[in-house]
Amino acid sequence: MWRDAALVAGKDLRIEARSRVVLHQVAPFAVLVLVLFAFALGPGRGPMVHAAPGLFWVAVLFATVIAVQRSYGVESTEATRDGLRMSGLDPAGIFLGKAAALAAVLVVLEVLLGVGVVLFYGASVHSFGELAVASVAGTVGLAAVGTLYGALSSGLRARETLLPLLLMPVAAPVLLAGTRAWQAALGTSGAGAGDPWLRLLVVFAAVYLALGVVIFGPLQEAA
Amino acid sequence: MSAVAVARRHRLTSVVGAVGLITLGLTVWLGLWVTPPDKVQGDLVRLVYLHPPIAWVALYLAFGIAALASVLWLWPRTRSAMWDRLAVSSMEVGVVFTALTLVTGSIWGRPTWGVWWAWDARLTSTALLLVLQLGYVALRRIPSDTEARARRSAVAGVIAAVDVPIVHFSVNWWRTLHQGATVLNANLSPTIHGAMAWTLLLGFVSVTLVFVWMLAVRYRIETLGDMVEGADLDTALAERWAEGAVPEPAPTAS
Repeated sequence: MWRDAALVAGKDLRIEARSRVVLHQVAPFAVLVLVLFAFALGPGRGPMVHAAPGLFWVAVLFATVIAVQRSYGVESTEATRDGLRMSGLDPAGIFLGKAAALAAVLVVLEVLLGVGVVLFYGASVHSFGELAVASVAGTVGLAAVGTLYGALSSGLRARETLLPLLLMPVAAPVLLAGTRAWQAALGTSGAGAGDPWLRLLVVFAAVYLALGVVIFGPLQEAA
Repeated sequence: MSAVAVARRHRLTSVVGAVGLITLGLTVWLGLWVTPPDKVQGDLVRLVYLHPPIAWVALYLAFGIAALASVLWLWPRTRSAMWDRLAVSSMEVGVVFTALTLVTGSIWGRPTWGVWWAWDARLTSTALLLVLQLGYVALRRIPSDTEARARRSAVAGVIAAVDVPIVHFSVNWWRTLHQGATVLNANLSPTIHGAMAWTLLLGFVSVTLVFVWMLAVRYRIETLGDMVEGADLDTALAERWAEGAVPEPAPTAS
């Protein structure tokens, strides 16, 4: 399973490394979202510093939707899905591999967005460790649930419009918990206030990773 | 299923529907005219006979049935088209009840809290639940072959069902303003008495019966739809066979 996961993740990341679609299109889009938020709330920095954690996670959520669409978009041509299914790879491995590649891409985006939040909104970081743990746990959760819904909607006629409708409400706890954990890490809420939210992010990630490992096999047969 | 069995089940459904509507009417009569107004909330309290029963059906019964049916469909040993039909029926009827929960809650919230909508824990999680259900129904409406559609719906049902407790807890920590549960509180001792308690109980029974009735009707529509689809396929097949068949040589006089 792990070897299969590494293979699939390698495939997705190699495609990204060669096509640079996420780097050249999704990353600028995510930064653009930050700038648009600044137009909506600006130009004073007070409300932006206050809203920075939430804005960061909303931007990440938008980027996730696009990254998931990209992750399955590259597989829709050349019948890659059928190829993967017939290759004898473990479905759980395919799920973990795709989720890992998606998470890796999202982490790069988040670093960029994090720098953007600090630069544009003037947020100051209180605890880097907490920030990193919250981001990674939230990202893994988003990647897991995104990979599941991506597989669910791939190959359908209305997938572009359906995916956000399916993904956003399920990802709402990540937005909520991630925002709270970031508020604690940026020092805008009391010390230790982020701990239960960190746990929630970890639980969310664990639950959807486990669900994906179990359910991806039957799901693949639906294509 | 044979046409006779479908017809017999239909008669039973009608009885449940009639009983449900009659008891619902009785609840309205008891709630509006017989029971006394509340000391604090006055006449507003009369919403208690409808809002919690509707919420119970929406949040627990409809969603629970849909989630359970989805799991039973996915489990290879219990896989049957029946579970798929039950899941989609329950989810679709659930949308109506979840929307009604939000509407009745909003009507109650305006005079008691002073606002139509508050970012309260239960309101927020109910709203998210409604969006989850709408997503499921939207996914369901995309044309696809029956098996793949059932598989996709079942997976979507399970993903959504797993999300509900997480949403519940996260939003609960976020904030809560809602009054505590009146009947199903931790020590199971209802905090209301007499005629009000009986009316509320009747409310629960009647709304549940109406839900069961709607569920059965929706299930029947799904079954009939599948039957029509199957019949169309049979007709098409028969036509193709007829086209391909070699006409028998006419008997010739010897």
